[in-house]
Amino acid sequence: MMGKKLFAATIGAGCMSASVQAANVEVIHWWTSGGEQKAVTVLAEEFNKLGNDKWMDTAVALGENARALTMQRILGGDAPGAAQFNTSRQFEELIEEGLLLDLTPVAEKEGWTNFIRPSSILNPCMKDGGIYCVPVNIHSNQWLWTNKKVFADVGVKEPHTWEEFLAVAPKIREAGYIPLAFGGQGWQERHVFDVVMIGVTDEKFWNRVWKDKDPKAASSDKMRKVFETFGALRQFTDEGAPGRNWNDATNMVITGKAAAQVMGDWARGEFAAAGKVAEVDYGCIPGPAKRPSLTLGGDAFIFPKSSDKNLEAAQMKLASMMLSPTIQAKFNNTKGSLPVRADVDLDVADACMKKGLALLDDPKATITPANNYITEDTNGQVQDLVSTFWNEPSMSVDNALNIFKGIIEDAE
Amino acid sequence: MEETTATSIKVSTPRRTKRIQISSLLASAPMAIVAIGVFVVCVGYSVMLSFTKSRLFPNFNWVGLDQYERLWGTSRWVVSVENLFLYGILFIAFCLVSGFFMAVFLDQKVRFESGFRTLFLYPYAMSLVVTGLVWQWMMEPSLGVQNVIQRMGWESFEFAPLVDPQYALYGVLIAAVWQSSGLVMALMLAGLRGIDGEIWKAARVDGIPTWRTYLFIVLPMMRPVMITSVVLLAVGVVRVYDLIVAQTGGGPGMSTEMPAKFVIDHITARGNVGLGMAAATMMLLPVLLVIGPWIYREYVRPTKH
Repeated sequence: MMGKKLFAATIGAGCMSASVQAANVEVIHWWTSGGEQKAVTVLAEEFNKLGNDKWMDTAVALGENARALTMQRILGGDAPGAAQFNTSRQFEELIEEGLLLDLTPVAEKEGWTNFIRPSSILNPCMKDGGIYCVPVNIHSNQWLWTNKKVFADVGVKEPHTWEEFLAVAPKIREAGYIPLAFGGQGWQERHVFDVVMIGVTDEKFWNRVWKDKDPKAASSDKMRKVFETFGALRQFTDEGAPGRNWNDATNMVITGKAAAQVMGDWARGEFAAAGKVAEVDYGCIPGPAKRPSLTLGGDAFIFPKSSDKNLEAAQMKLASMMLSPTIQAKFNNTKGSLPVRADVDLDVADACMKKGLALLDDPKATITPANNYITEDTNGQVQDLVSTFWNEPSMSVDNALNIFKGIIEDAE
Repeated sequence: MEETTATSIKVSTPRRTKRIQISSLLASAPMAIVAIGVFVVCVGYSVMLSFTKSRLFPNFNWVGLDQYERLWGTSRWVVSVENLFLYGILFIAFCLVSGFFMAVFLDQKVRFESGFRTLFLYPYAMSLVVTGLVWQWMMEPSLGVQNVIQRMGWESFEFAPLVDPQYALYGVLIAAVWQSSGLVMALMLAGLRGIDGEIWKAARVDGIPTWRTYLFIVLPMMRPVMITSVVLLAVGVVRVYDLIVAQTGGGPGMSTEMPAKFVIDHITARGNVGLGMAAATMMLLPVLLVIGPWIYREYVRPTKH
C-alpha cells in the first residue's frame, strides 16, 4: 500500500517536472506556532491544488529573523518567490529600488481597491501608482486574553482598563496565580508597551506621537503615565518570562497557570487549537481601555521580481488566490484574524471574532499601527528603549522619557 | 613569500630572476587578489558607507561623522561594547585555565586517554547555535537544571542566569567556555607533548614538585601555544553572534547585546546600513590598532637569534 502510494507520488512528481509551465514558489514566512501552521497549510494546500505550481515552504521562527532573511536573499540576488511582511514601511525601500513585482494587472482585473477594507490596510502596498503587496489578514493587537476559571477562583472581575488590572493583579498573585503571562522578547515588550500606550491615552495622542512625531507629546505627562503604567506591570510577571515565546505565554493562560496575557488576536488560534471555547473557557477584552481602539495592522505578502516568466505567472496566481473569498474565510478562521474583504462567509466566527468585527465597523475605534508612520530604524530604537526600560527597573521614567523624546525628534 | 623575494634579489642572472618572478607572481596571485579584493576593497567600501546616510541600500549622501555621533550616543551600542570587553576577557581567561588543566590531566598518562580527549574536544564540534539552544534549555528556570534539582528536594537551589539581566552574560559565558575550552586543551596537549623529556628528568633530579614544574618551567616554554590559543579565542570573541542569537537574542533587555549583533541587525532588519557600517568600522579599529602590531611582533617580524 505504502509502496504503491510512493510509486504514484514519484510518477506524479515526474509528470509535474516534465510540464513546462510549472514553477516552484518559495514562500518565506514566520508562522511557526501550532495555530499559525494550520493556517499556512491552508494556503499551501489550496495553492498546490490550483495547478502544477508548487508552494515551497520556508518557515523561519520570529518575524525579525524571517524579514532579515528575506532582505538578505533579495539583496544577494537569490530572492524567494514570495515573502511575508507586516503591512507597514518595512519593505518600502524594496519598492523604491524596483525589486518587487507590480501586481497592478491582477489587482485592476479583480478590483482589489473596491473590496479590500478598510482601505488603509492597502496603503502600505501602494506606491507611485503600483500595488506591490497583498494584505491577507487584519490583526488587531489590543487584546487581553483571560482564563475565566482563574478569575472565578480568585473571585475578582476581569479588568477592562489598565487601572482595574493593576487593582486586581495583587489579589491574583496572592491566590497563587501569575497575574500576567509575559514573553520577554523585544517585540513582545514593545507590543505590551503599545497596548498600554493606546489604553491609557487616546487616538489623538497616538497620532500626535507616531504620525506627527511631536516631541512635545513624546515628553508630556500623558507619555509619563504610559511609562509608569507599563513599568508597574513588571512585578506581575514570573521570573521565567525573559526570552519566552508568545505562544508559550498563551499556553500558561490556557492551562490556568496565569490569569491573563496581552497579545494580538492571533492568540485566539492557540486557544482554538487547544479546544477552548471563547467567552466560556477564556475571555477576550479589547483594549483594555475605557473606549477600546484596535490597530489595523496585518500580514502582507510581497513578490520579488524575477526574470522567469513561469514564476511570475505563478506569483500572480498566488496573489489572486490569497484574496479569493473562500481562501480568505478558511485562512482567517484558522488563524484567528479578520479577513481583508467584507463579503466573506463568517458564520463560524466565534464570540471573540465577533467582538473584533464589531469594532472594525466603527471607524472611531480603529487606529493605524505605529510602524506605518515610522521607519524600521526608528521602530528599532523605540523597541530598544522599551526593552531596556522593562528589564532595568532602576531606569527612571524621566530618563526613559528623555530618550523617547530624542527618538521621536529624530524620526523621519 | 619573503624567502622567494630574497632569493630573487640574490640571484644575479637576469633570465633566471625573471622566470622566478613570474612563477612566484602566478603562485601568489590568487592570494593577492583575495586579500586586496576582499579585505582592502570591501573594508574600504564599508568604511566609506559609514560616512553616508545609507539606509537599506547603499547611497552616497555624505553626512560626515553623523553616524558615529549617533552610534556613541546609542546606549545599546555602548552596552554592547562593555559586554564584549567583559565577555572577552573572562572567556579567554577561563578557556586558557580550563584548557590547560584538562591538558595537564591528560598528560598524566591516564587510562582511556583517547576517550577523554574526544570527550573534551567534542563540544567544539558542535555549532554555536546548537550550543546556545541546549544551554538555553538547561538554564530555563521551569524546565531546566534548576527545576530538576529543586524537585529532588533542594528547594532553594537557583540556576537560571539567563532570566536575570545582571547574570545573563555569565550564562552565555558558561556555554561559550564549555564549547571552546576543548580546543585550547588540544592545543595545550600538543604543546605539553612537545616539551623535551630531558627537562622533566632534570626537574625531577632537582627535586622540584610536579605542579611547580608545570607552572614555572613548562608553562613559560609553551608561549607560542598560548599565543595561538589567545589569537583563536580572540577572533571568536569579536565575532560572537550566533551564540547570542540562539541563547538569549540579546536579552533580557540589552544585557547580552554584542557589537556584531548590532551591526547585523542594523544592516538587515532595521535598514540602516550607514549606522551598521559605522559600528563595523568601530569593531575593526581596535583590531587594527592593538592586535595588528602585536601579531606583527610575534609572527611577522624576523626573529633575532
